Amino acid sequence: MLGNFDFDVIRRALPYLFYEGMTFTLTLTGLAALGGLIFGTALALMRLSGLKLLGRIAGIYVDFMRSLPLVLVIFWFYFLVPYIGQWLTGASRPISVGAFASSLITFIMFEAAYFSEIMRAGIQSISRGQPAAASALGLTYAQTMRYVVLPQAFRNMLPVLITQTIVLFQDTSLVYVLSITDFLGAASKVAQRDGRLVEMYLFAAVVYFTISCIASFGVRRLQARIAIIR
Amino acid sequence: MNYNWNWGIFFQPNPMGTGTYLDMLLSGLALTLKTAALAWIIALITGSIVGVMRTLPSKGANWFGFLYVEFFRNMPLLVQLFLWFFVLPELLPKGAGTWLKQLPNAPFWTAAIGVGFFMSARVAVQLQAGISSLPRGQRMAATALGLTTVQGYRYVLLPMAFRIILPPLTSEFLNTIKNTAVAITIGLLELTGQARSMQEFSFQVFEAFTAATILYLLVNAVVVTAMRFLERWVAIPGYITGK
Repeated sequence: MLGNFDFDVIRRALPYLFYEGMTFTLTLTGLAALGGLIFGTALALMRLSGLKLLGRIAGIYVDFMRSLPLVLVIFWFYFLVPYIGQWLTGASRPISVGAFASSLITFIMFEAAYFSEIMRAGIQSISRGQPAAASALGLTYAQTMRYVVLPQAFRNMLPVLITQTIVLFQDTSLVYVLSITDFLGAASKVAQRDGRLVEMYLFAAVVYFTISCIASFGVRRLQARIAIIR
Repeated sequence: MNYNWNWGIFFQPNPMGTGTYLDMLLSGLALTLKTAALAWIIALITGSIVGVMRTLPSKGANWFGFLYVEFFRNMPLLVQLFLWFFVLPELLPKGAGTWLKQLPNAPFWTAAIGVGFFMSARVAVQLQAGISSLPRGQRMAATALGLTTVQGYRYVLLPMAFRIILPPLTSEFLNTIKNTAVAITIGLLELTGQARSMQEFSFQVFEAFTAATILYLLVNAVVVTAMRFLERWVAIPGYITGK
């Protein structure tokens, strides 16, 4: 029961939880969101490029990633990345990749599939007249995308992109399966060391809940502010 | 790549004495499907109730629905599973807690309940969107015909709403199947878990994960095809997707 709930365990673990754990979680979330957005946008452009083969490749990649559980993908990359590194660098044995690099690559590759669907919807939400006007002005395809289409697509989809980033923030907790010290990993290590599962897991839940709640509240405000420009 | 491929590994006996490695993976697949099915039943039932509550003409019900969805959506699934598995038995009265801890198949029940409630929030959001996508006149017409609120939902709103949200529900069902993999953390030997233990026993990491990947893709393909048929069967005449 909650009678012997020990707040002091949490207080003593705070520096470790936040300096080690939360720093890892937030860095991973931020970099993976950025990388996923860039790679995802590239995938979306491939799909909408009109080049059949390019579109097919991007489509297969996206469908493939989206039909696998994240846990399995994490395992895949954890074991695969050393071999890919060996192949790229021509080393004689699989290179060792740190836990952070491995999980960052995993999340970029995985989230790109989801971000690409969002960006695709964003690009398709731009009216046909805009690229037509851009090419009438003499802009090349790259310029049209860079200055006309993508900035608007990004703005229109900003709330959805942030929502996906909140999901990503929650999903980074799954690096637990590789025994990495992210926020949940740190909480779980303290929990097992001190035999205080109830306190640590409840505290982790509260922290995740608070951050996600504040972020999704922000998304709702943002949505209200940028909605209906047309 | 200096990796020793050995595709014959699937037909070698596994160290647990339960047949070949392939049998091991297939038993994992069966457990994945069983867990997902039970979780989906929980998600559909509770999600429908909460989704309806969010559209009822009652402030209290709306608020409850809102809080319910926010509660289950803003915590990682992994944390929720830990709460069900490690924390809940400690918070219950002693007898009930001990009973929970000694339950046979505890990881299975925990995974089904945890994933089920996690997904129920998503089902609720979809159903709410489906109900509010219906023209206002439908609810009014139901009232004008003298139907009570329950009858209005039962005979007018829900049959329409469920058919409209069938495509997003399909992807939520696929998410349910994928999410059962998270239960590897509480010791459930579903498909990903079996692939992982096959890798630990045999060191044939890429064969094990390739097989698991193919099985997941197959399940996906089967579900998507089945749902296409269902969609065509229940399509609403007059809608874009209708006959």
